[in-house]
Amino acid sequence: MIEQISNQRDKNDMNIVIVGHVDHGKSTIIGRMLVDTDSLPEGKLEQVRETCRRNSKPFEYAFLLDALKDEQSQGITIDNARCFFKTNKRRYIIIDSPGHIEFLKNMITGASRAEAALLVIDANEGIQENSLRHGYMLSMLGIKQVTVLINKMDLVNYDREVYKSIVNEYIKFLNKIDVMPKSFIPVSGMIGDNIASKSNKMEWYEGNTVLEELDDFKNEEMDDNKNFRMPVQGVYKFTRDGDKRRIVAGTVSTGNINVGDEVTFLPSGKKSRIKSIEGFNIAKKYNASAGQPVGFTLEEQIYIKRGEVMVSSKDDSSVVTSRFKANLFWLGNKPMNVGKKYLLKIGTTKVGVTLEKVVRVIDASSLKEQESNTIRKHMVAECIMRTDSAIAFDIATEILETGRFVIIDDYIISGGGLILEEIEDTQMWVRDKVLKRNSRWEKSMIGYEERIRQYNQVPTLIMISGNNSELRKSFAKELEKRLFMDEKIVYYIGISSVLYGIDADIKDISPSSDKEYMRRLAEVANILLDAGLILIVTAKDICNYDLNIIKTSINNHNLISVWIGDNICTDLNPTIKIDEKSIEDGLTDIVSMIYEDKL
Amino acid sequence: MNRLEKLEAKSIYILREAYSEFKNLCMLWSIGKDSTVLLWLARKAFFGHVPFPLVHIDTSYKIPEMIEHRNKVAIDWGLDMIYGQNVKALENKETYPDGNITRIQCCKKLKTEALQKTLSGEGNRFRLNHETKKYEIDDNNEPYEGVILGIRSDEEGTRSKERYFSPRDENNNWDLGDQPPEFWDQFNTDFPLGTHVRIHPLLDWTELDIWEYIKKENIPVVSLYFDQGDGTRYRSLGCAPCTSPIKSNAKTVEAIIEELKTGKLSKIAERSGREQDKEDGGGLEELRKDGYM
Repeated sequence: MIEQISNQRDKNDMNIVIVGHVDHGKSTIIGRMLVDTDSLPEGKLEQVRETCRRNSKPFEYAFLLDALKDEQSQGITIDNARCFFKTNKRRYIIIDSPGHIEFLKNMITGASRAEAALLVIDANEGIQENSLRHGYMLSMLGIKQVTVLINKMDLVNYDREVYKSIVNEYIKFLNKIDVMPKSFIPVSGMIGDNIASKSNKMEWYEGNTVLEELDDFKNEEMDDNKNFRMPVQGVYKFTRDGDKRRIVAGTVSTGNINVGDEVTFLPSGKKSRIKSIEGFNIAKKYNASAGQPVGFTLEEQIYIKRGEVMVSSKDDSSVVTSRFKANLFWLGNKPMNVGKKYLLKIGTTKVGVTLEKVVRVIDASSLKEQESNTIRKHMVAECIMRTDSAIAFDIATEILETGRFVIIDDYIISGGGLILEEIEDTQMWVRDKVLKRNSRWEKSMIGYEERIRQYNQVPTLIMISGNNSELRKSFAKELEKRLFMDEKIVYYIGISSVLYGIDADIKDISPSSDKEYMRRLAEVANILLDAGLILIVTAKDICNYDLNIIKTSINNHNLISVWIGDNICTDLNPTIKIDEKSIEDGLTDIVSMIYEDKL
Repeated sequence: MNRLEKLEAKSIYILREAYSEFKNLCMLWSIGKDSTVLLWLARKAFFGHVPFPLVHIDTSYKIPEMIEHRNKVAIDWGLDMIYGQNVKALENKETYPDGNITRIQCCKKLKTEALQKTLSGEGNRFRLNHETKKYEIDDNNEPYEGVILGIRSDEEGTRSKERYFSPRDENNNWDLGDQPPEFWDQFNTDFPLGTHVRIHPLLDWTELDIWEYIKKENIPVVSLYFDQGDGTRYRSLGCAPCTSPIKSNAKTVEAIIEELKTGKLSKIAERSGREQDKEDGGGLEELRKDGYM
């Protein structure tokens, strides 16, 4: 049997997760499948039987899995155990996941690695809290193939009515969350009914055995038909052995792209054309498609960073904003609170995020809704999130891969979410102009890195604010002089240099609520940064909103925000705050920041 | 994409994430087949380059062919090669071959302790000078924040519990019962000062996958894996005194694959030739909690 499989195994491996409430018999079912498919190492079964005999414990199939001392002593699965078995069709990697509520995060870790799931419900005990919760989590994790096993049928005398009532009750629940299981099977892991072979005690059941049902699951296909998306993992320039390539690397998450295609990087909106597809020990490639790890060189050298999403320029379906509505599940020990700052990771982007509003909290097992300002552990919530800067994403129902994110709290992944819809943010009017400008930008033959090497400096905007005009300006001028003496290419602009020239047409239009003058200042800054300069700008009472306009306009360029003066009188959170009596230290600090920043 | 392509893609993704997220990163290379595949995957991920040091823990009892192979590959591929060693234990003859301690205690001294000290920078790191082709004491003793290693979940029980990115606290401890979640290709890459993260790009690979990939990519592996004419070969490599070969006539990668596929070995543990595994039921788990690979 093994020989037959091995020759075709390439196409036919599948990851399966087994979930369900604690003690409903997940490990027993796996143990039974391992024995019935003859997949255990020689002597393992005898060894476990012997251990049981010595400890005067009845033998259980579950013991086969409990490789760890920790687990055996508590009798529960703490983490996901993996094991392998084979049927005539293919090889399975089974992930046994814990049914205990405390270990939901482990269940999610296990389930997210699976292509299909078996959800186990104890016929004798009926539907329990985690039977429901796990069902909900499977749907949120995006696992579409689910078969429900009604286990321990031997304990209810193989009664058809018991089976039917559980099935009906569970379907009712799943319908509410829009999930439809592939099938239901009455089984007994302990006895072996309907696992590998048909049970003769349940003539009333005419469906597949568990193994037949597993063989019926379909392998996940990579999605080539969707729009092209590739989160940039890194931009590499390894110079060893004279390598001159500058490679944009990542894994294609959906769609496909060809050499010669024009591509756009979001959220910056910068464009270029694919010159080549790079790889090590591979045949020359002209096309890259979903699932493949790749590297591209580009025709025009544009400055892009890890975290941007590469899309085809022909397609404008990707969303760029800093606010969105999401469906989120929380796993953190500390509840998630409105107004608190977290980190969000989506694709290869990592950005600060605030929970702006909780629309409703849903108990994942009872589906009861409530209003709240906090999302407690194991709860699901519909909420509005606001990121510190704009990110590129998709609506999860359109492209799942770029429509889901995780939340980091205190260093640890503490929640996950699916994006339901984008919401307009305060930067939309600036961003629209920036995206258009970047797509029309006339690209030079000199790349960002080349300028850095030639000028021996990283272009940086130093934005100086404070409410003492004299102090602000004298600081900026002194800083400019010091950097200039150090042979840096540096330039100082005071806001008034812009107000009476570039802003002459709007200067007297008041009140300018959108702060168009700030956008224009930022546009000037962007040009000078692109030229490779270190730029020092002063303006009074810069607030967070102003800084966001600047950030949106200058894309990936370095920005150091400085507040001079003892008290910050706006909502700005500057990179560095300099007290009036420590001006000299402040100058030294900023100069050293400029020096530390090398490519 | 077939299975090997999917595995390769996942591993490359993990390697690139690690490279982007950790400043002081290294990869452990035991010269064995798994970490050699891992090294090859790094060259895949970084287009022929390996942009971080390779660290080998040299117990001094390694089979000589392993060290020869290490040095040859390091020079041929231009690797930033570093080895670490528990020099003190060797000087004091606190080893199993010297007859002074048990196998497990010996592993603890020459592997676990040597590894901990090499990673933290407390112990000397010996770095290959590509000009002189000799190892010199490295000036850099900054601790590594990220350590990439080639463990596979199918090797034995404990390894099936691992995450792709697995944090260790300042004492190298692994809190098995309370690991952070990991899903949707997002990993735990943020960590408080004093901790480090172990990165496991090969978690989903099996022994057969490894050999099939070695064949597909034509990756050079140490000759000890093949029958040299005496009807034996090593299936898993370690220190000479504690590692024994298995009976096998496999002289080529193809023959090894055939052997694994036909099931002749399918019911014998891969590490059956590794004596330290047998000393105590939970020995390996205890070692791993302390940082053993």
